[in-house]
Amino acid sequence: MGNKLTRNLYMIPYSLWIVLFVIAPIMLVLYYSFFDIEGNFSLINYQKFFTPVYLKMTLSSFWYAFLITLISLLFAYPTAYLLTKTKHKQLWLLLIIVPSWVNLLLKAYAFIGIFGQYGMANSLLEMIGIGSRQILFTDFSFIFVAVYIFIPFMILPIFNALNELNPSLLDAANDLGASKWTAFRRVIFPLTIDGVKSGCQIVFIPALSLFMLTRLIAGNRVITLGTAIEQHFLVTQDWGMGATIAVFLIIAMFFIMFLTRDRKRGV
Amino acid sequence: MKKLLQLFIAGIILSAILLYAIQAMNESQGYSGENTLTIYNWGNYIDMDLIKQFEKETGVNVIYETFDSNEAMLTKIQQGGTTYDIAVPSEYMIDKMREEDLLIPLDHRKLPNLNNIDDRFMDLPFDPGNKYSIPYFWGTVGIAFNPELLPNKTFTSWNDLWDPALKNEILLVDGAREVIGMGLNSLGYSLNDTNKQHLQEASQKLETLTPNIKAIVGDENKLLMQNNEAAIAVLWSGDAADIMWENEAIDYVVPKEGSNLWFDNMVIPKTVKNIEAAHQFINFMLDPEIAAQNTEYVAYSTPNKAALSYMDEEMVNDERFYPPPELTEKLEVYKNLGPKMLSYYNDLFLEFKMHPK
Repeated sequence: MGNKLTRNLYMIPYSLWIVLFVIAPIMLVLYYSFFDIEGNFSLINYQKFFTPVYLKMTLSSFWYAFLITLISLLFAYPTAYLLTKTKHKQLWLLLIIVPSWVNLLLKAYAFIGIFGQYGMANSLLEMIGIGSRQILFTDFSFIFVAVYIFIPFMILPIFNALNELNPSLLDAANDLGASKWTAFRRVIFPLTIDGVKSGCQIVFIPALSLFMLTRLIAGNRVITLGTAIEQHFLVTQDWGMGATIAVFLIIAMFFIMFLTRDRKRGV
Repeated sequence: MKKLLQLFIAGIILSAILLYAIQAMNESQGYSGENTLTIYNWGNYIDMDLIKQFEKETGVNVIYETFDSNEAMLTKIQQGGTTYDIAVPSEYMIDKMREEDLLIPLDHRKLPNLNNIDDRFMDLPFDPGNKYSIPYFWGTVGIAFNPELLPNKTFTSWNDLWDPALKNEILLVDGAREVIGMGLNSLGYSLNDTNKQHLQEASQKLETLTPNIKAIVGDENKLLMQNNEAAIAVLWSGDAADIMWENEAIDYVVPKEGSNLWFDNMVIPKTVKNIEAAHQFINFMLDPEIAAQNTEYVAYSTPNKAALSYMDEEMVNDERFYPPPELTEKLEVYKNLGPKMLSYYNDLFLEFKMHPK
């Protein structure tokens, strides 16, 4: 009995946290989304969301988030694989994680310098004979910087999954005559798919609502849902519309969690 | 467990000691005393020597805090829990703060220096009779350009920006009123226009400008212009002054069709604790010599007519920052268009940003 009581006691901080900082804010967001700019109860925000402007914005947000996630994955998987083969795994891992401790804004400003007309990137292009070109404020620079920022979060879960992989399984595959590619396709990848999934979740969802980079690196040439939320809360003070976009982002998030959920194996 | 408890208690004791130390330090500097004045201003927007001088003359202790956007300032004053005695919002924010009852009326009897302000800048639509606010600095929206990067180009009109030769050269400021206003001005409409047809026309015209736009940015435009990364920027005259200070090649022009006239104004927000000192400070800043010194430091345009005679002549005669009357007549102050219209402006601006290059 006493055991149960203490267990319930331990639940208090957790439930308080969840109610105050997860459930209550989501409810507030939902509540605000039903008010128009003059504070009247209405569904106009939802109606407005389904106009071409916001639908286009949603599509482009998803497209960029998808590209960012895909490119991160393409670079992260081999990197993580290589890391598990190195001697000082933890050191290499640390080196990959360290940049994520630096403030995002600082990194963005650094890239403005690097990608600028007279920046390092253009000097390099100049040197190898391609000649300087506009890099800053393009789709390329936006995706590059976003991938740079998110890639540690993709590497980490994949690395953990690969690291836990039992090497004897590979030996077994080898003994049974599997080629390297087959071993990867049939053994390694399926066993690390959970790492890939959580990596994709951690990257895709924040990428969907990136806002600062869209201005600093893409010069507002890329407009994501995050940019629109920021504008509605800070500039127009149209909290209702901002909240409505946030509601759709939350729905998108649940949808992605559902798509990448852990299916129990063997069912 | 015991160790954890000890650590916990040690933490609490340490915090208590630190808290006491902060209290003691504040008291020794007189911060918790009666006679303090908390000023909430934009970053780097006052000559700090003047604050020292004010402290010396009046014996008031000044706490100086800064904000970087009107909206951030509004939120902090709305939420309460702050003790700002003076704030310096822009004119459109004053309307809003007045509507939300966040401002304390000024006692003009305590501001004898008020008559130093140019009559042109008194009694403006955002605050009739200057009941709540006194102009601190003013300026325009215009075109900053770098002749070294653009030989043989001159700018006199907004329409010069539509020149096809300027492909991918222009930085716009990330503000709906500024950009849509520029569209309206270029068509000869008022930048307070609420006629939706005119607004549509303006946004269609702006969309044809997209090939020339390099980026739509915030404060980064200063950095980009200074470093010759961009040749043209549409921005506030204050930012232009900062850029020109850093990079002498750059020039600034207020287009002939007219533009926006903006003001930053001293107000007493309802979070005030020391009304007396707040009035003392406003009056101090209105003194001609003080205002002149402050203007030479900040390099924005001062509304203080009496101060002009104490200032460097070259600065006062600079028509880019003190435009001649023919042009000032065409400058318009933003009117509060109401949330619905503002939201319409913003939707147009959002569409404009999303317009493919």
